[in-house]
Amino acid sequence: MNSGDTAWVLMSSALVLLMTMPGLAFFYGGLVRRKNVLSILMQCFIILCVISLQWMLFGYSLAFGPDFHGIIGNLSWAGLHGVGATPNTNYAATIPHTVFMVFQMMFAVITPALIIGSYAERVKFPAFLMFTFLWATFVYDPLAHWVWGTGGWLKSLGALDFAGGIVVHVSSGISALVLAVMLGKRIGYNHRPIRPHNLPFTVLGGALLWFGWFGFNAGSALAADGIAANAFMTTNTATAAAGLTWALIEWWHNGTPTILGTVTGAVAGLVAITPACGFVNPVNALFIGMAVAFVCYLAVAVIKSKVGYDDSLDAFGVHGVGGTFGTIATGLLAEKAVNAAGTDGLFFGNAHQFMVQGLMLLVTIVFAAVMTFIIFKIVDAVIGMRVEEKNEIVGLDLTQQSEAAYTVIE
Amino acid sequence: MKLITAIIQPHKLEAVKKELEAVDVNLMTVTNVVGQGRQKGVTEIYRGAKEAGGLLNKIRLDIAVNDEFMEPTLSAISKGAHTGSVGDGKIFVVDLLECVRISNGDRGGKAIG
Repeated sequence: MNSGDTAWVLMSSALVLLMTMPGLAFFYGGLVRRKNVLSILMQCFIILCVISLQWMLFGYSLAFGPDFHGIIGNLSWAGLHGVGATPNTNYAATIPHTVFMVFQMMFAVITPALIIGSYAERVKFPAFLMFTFLWATFVYDPLAHWVWGTGGWLKSLGALDFAGGIVVHVSSGISALVLAVMLGKRIGYNHRPIRPHNLPFTVLGGALLWFGWFGFNAGSALAADGIAANAFMTTNTATAAAGLTWALIEWWHNGTPTILGTVTGAVAGLVAITPACGFVNPVNALFIGMAVAFVCYLAVAVIKSKVGYDDSLDAFGVHGVGGTFGTIATGLLAEKAVNAAGTDGLFFGNAHQFMVQGLMLLVTIVFAAVMTFIIFKIVDAVIGMRVEEKNEIVGLDLTQQSEAAYTVIE
Repeated sequence: MKLITAIIQPHKLEAVKKELEAVDVNLMTVTNVVGQGRQKGVTEIYRGAKEAGGLLNKIRLDIAVNDEFMEPTLSAISKGAHTGSVGDGKIFVVDLLECVRISNGDRGGKAIG
């Protein structure tokens, strides 16, 4: 056991919590209309409550517990039975098992919260709760087991996902797209973004995401070591490159760089570097950041408006597309010189790794899409996903929560 | 000259603006207001304390027009803001005594458009 490692992973867990609340909550909250800002904050906050409990009661055991045929963990760690101060050497030999579990808990929390961006401003609160609980249990937990759990079938094939590009970003991003299409557009959405009500909130949230992401990525080394330091540096480099590149694209394409564009670019950079951060060097991280800005700009500013689906806050355009790009980039640019525990990618002569990354990507996309479709149908039949038209018009804050964020008159 | 004041649903502002532009009425003042009409307000709850029938958010448009523009303006607003349910809003019209364009001192009808 190593007290330095333990301290760093505990700290990182708190940093990842910060990403959900207030980071993501304010990032998304600023982007919606003033009548819906509390609904976003509430959804993020309650996910933090619900998934924290789901995880300690049985979610952790499903995802990381003793393997059942490579598909799922069994329930022998339910209620954290047997998860204590003794390290689990399969996952992290130098920190208490509880610390590893807590770190993973924060990932389980933020993943369903990312999806909020696609259905913002138009779902019933009880339906959102039911969807989130089912999605966490039947999509996130199995997928985390396949990729990260001991005995998980994708892990056994050698798939690389350092900090959750696949498990967190592709899974939530694809589910976001499916939801956006199934729910339909918001009333009044006309192929153009609806104007954000508070961009300073969005910038604040985006900055907190960047800050918290050091815990997400460098913490995923599960040790305070050189791999963590490399992940920290590649994360910062890709993010800076993507933010700058997005601003330059806008400058060239629209005449002025915008703060919303710069922050969006930075988040796309964070997403793309997530699967790669522990396996690539900082110069290649720079290329990943620059390239993902182009790819996500295309998805968000060009393709979305042409196709016409209403991914309210671009959960798919940033997380789905950025995560997919990062996963492919990992298969290209990973090198053993950076991380001996990793492997070489295609550009370093290992075509096999590239194929494995592709397979993992394909499996995740199909699994997340099909399961989201099924869960949507169930929730829609039991509760009804979408709010009534008049409630959508008045806003979710007043109709789903009976409170308002701002007063017009005291 | 008439001063037209319309109270409409916030989400109908874009549609109303489009209808007004179609009849060549391009100048307007827009404000956020709250109010109550036949549409019941919503109940708000703060730490357990209920406040029934709170006021609802609306948009107020103030538009000054020459007489011949009154009817087209009224129908444009009605068309853009109509959903058929309670809460669509109201339009008020009053006679306008004078109008001054501050930049060049124009008065009356020619100062309006």
